[in-house]
Amino acid sequence: MIYFAISLLFIGIGIYSLTSWGLRVGIDFTGGALVEYKFGREISTESALKKTQDLGIKVSSIQETGDKTYLFKLGSLESVDREKIKNALKEDSEGNIEEIKFENVGPSVGKDLIKKTTYAIGVASVGILLWIAYQFKSIKYGACAILAMFHDSLVLIGLFSLLGKVFGAEVDFLFVTALLTTLSFSVHDTIVVYDRIREAQKKYSDDLVSLANKALSETMVRSLNNSFTIIFMLVALILFGGVTIRWFAVALLIGTISGTYSSPFVAVPLLITWDSLFNKFKNKFRKHRLY
Amino acid sequence: MSASKNLKKILLILALTMLALLIDLPKELNVNFDLGPVKIDQKVKRLDLGINLGRFSFRRSLDLVLGLDLAGGSHLVFEADSSGLDQEKRKLALDGLKSVVERRVNLFGVSEPNVLVSSFEGKDRLIIELPGVKNTKEAIDIIGKTAKLVFSTISGEGENINFIPTNLSGSDLADARVSYESTTGRPVVSIKFTNEGAEKFAKITEENVGKPLSILLDSELISSPIVQEKITGGAAQISGDFTLDEARNFAIQLTAGALPVSIKVVEERTVGPTLGEESVKKSIEAGLLGLGMVLIFMMVVYGRLGVVASIGLVIFGILSLALYKLIPVVITLPGIAGFLLSVGMAVDANILIFERFKEEKGRRNTADALEESFGRAWDSIRDANIATLITAFILANPFDWSFLHTSGPVRGFAITLALGIAIGLFTGIFVSRNLLRLFIKR
Repeated sequence: MIYFAISLLFIGIGIYSLTSWGLRVGIDFTGGALVEYKFGREISTESALKKTQDLGIKVSSIQETGDKTYLFKLGSLESVDREKIKNALKEDSEGNIEEIKFENVGPSVGKDLIKKTTYAIGVASVGILLWIAYQFKSIKYGACAILAMFHDSLVLIGLFSLLGKVFGAEVDFLFVTALLTTLSFSVHDTIVVYDRIREAQKKYSDDLVSLANKALSETMVRSLNNSFTIIFMLVALILFGGVTIRWFAVALLIGTISGTYSSPFVAVPLLITWDSLFNKFKNKFRKHRLY
Repeated sequence: MSASKNLKKILLILALTMLALLIDLPKELNVNFDLGPVKIDQKVKRLDLGINLGRFSFRRSLDLVLGLDLAGGSHLVFEADSSGLDQEKRKLALDGLKSVVERRVNLFGVSEPNVLVSSFEGKDRLIIELPGVKNTKEAIDIIGKTAKLVFSTISGEGENINFIPTNLSGSDLADARVSYESTTGRPVVSIKFTNEGAEKFAKITEENVGKPLSILLDSELISSPIVQEKITGGAAQISGDFTLDEARNFAIQLTAGALPVSIKVVEERTVGPTLGEESVKKSIEAGLLGLGMVLIFMMVVYGRLGVVASIGLVIFGILSLALYKLIPVVITLPGIAGFLLSVGMAVDANILIFERFKEEKGRRNTADALEESFGRAWDSIRDANIATLITAFILANPFDWSFLHTSGPVRGFAITLALGIAIGLFTGIFVSRNLLRLFIKR
């Protein structure tokens, strides 16, 4: 029960953050422009902001990303705006300006990505549900694994809303990839635990609770060791991997931790709860038939 | 399992690894040894792959193909205005659109462009990837123009001019190129008609001697020269107020043909090669560091077994890179994520086996315990990996179902993930198992 409480706490924080601040979505979803320049010298962001705004362009932020490199987050641009901005900023930098990155996205593109990803997750969930149900000869295993998977996505999305509020983490295409990775990892991890329950079931005819406890203690070391290896990789990426993939690695890290946690502490308790509810129902039903 | 059989398998693994390593080599490798009296300073060149077996021929350049986010280049998305066309016409129009755009991009001089059509919920989009192209404005100008060329005669005078289109149009052109007017030196576009077009042109000029013949591009008047005489031979010049670039673009558009439907740009992304290079370098460094930590961790926790797992993992990396080059797989940032996840799952297979081994070792002798733990762990490795493969399969969408991803970051992720799982199963079960048999003798 305590584990359900911990999960509910995290999901609760996430949902609270989601409902009060929402997600900080990048231009991949909202539309807009992202331009990164390398200047010949340090520039003043206030002056750059004013110059860009004077052209009638909406500026969300100007951010220093590296040595003399600045990232401009702008509203959607017309095709002529690109040269205009560059020319205006040129004066600030004694003519020395190089465009490193330019992204201009229309508003409808991101919606399609979200829709397609949702469909893909839907189809994949059904596929995984059927596969697990077939392998473990019961729908409850599949259903609980999928529920644990959704638990992990909720935790990830919720915490990212909070990270967006506090540190300005943005949700973009890479975040979608991280979400998908989390889903795969979560199910992968859960199946390993299930497998131990299945094996124990063949050997002993104990009730599900003691079988599950046995399986959990047997797989705990493996789960932790495995997660450690992934966490090593991700921490290295977060610390040394460069700005482009930093938040991506953070998302993966949250997903890995939640995915590791959810197998023993969400999927299995759910399975036991499901089982006992079902048994109660069955017994009641039997009583009615008898009398 | 006899010892000789085991040895044979080890040799097979070694041979496979060496072959993969050969493929993995960069195009040129400087070998530079200086060991006292032995000095080697040589450039080793990797050969490209070319196999010819009768009618079957297989060629690969064996260079790693980097996606736009890593190599730099432009990613453009256009939306086609296909409203008002029925299903059948729409499909035809989109096919035509794709081939015209491909021809334009090729004439523009981009190596290995990637053009694909994506239809989703009634919206038809054209996704164009141009490696190495930084100036998207120019690319958009060339690709985005419909370039419908019309030759018209004129009726009326002064304010009330009417253009009457003739039966001669852009589709009657065989070729268009830039040349210079001999008297003024200004750039013009020289056109050549097809045989049929040449006949039409001759007839039109014959009927309109002394009158203007207007040339319109996308309903915009370019020039209205007065016809001096009947022109046979099917060649003509279009002179307008062109700059050299405009004339060149115009020539490209005319040669490639007009777009069957008009398109407008909805997304453009450019990544400079410096940014790509930097993120590749940093990611690779961080990845290697992480991998090193994983290897050390495995060796500390599992001792000798960990060493075997580490060898297996290195072989995993070598095989993956070789397959990326052979297939070839376009490597993007999400693709690298897919690879990392598959590394995690490959390590997991090893950990599952080793943990099992620790348990079984108390119950039976070492060699038996090893076989037993491989057998038992296989169930969970199989079930878990197949579940992941189901996800990867749907995300990679190999049948191009239009309601799922047909391009972009998600697909790149899924492809490396699926490959990684397949290779991971191979190294986890086949490679590690045989190596362990060699190390743990009966």
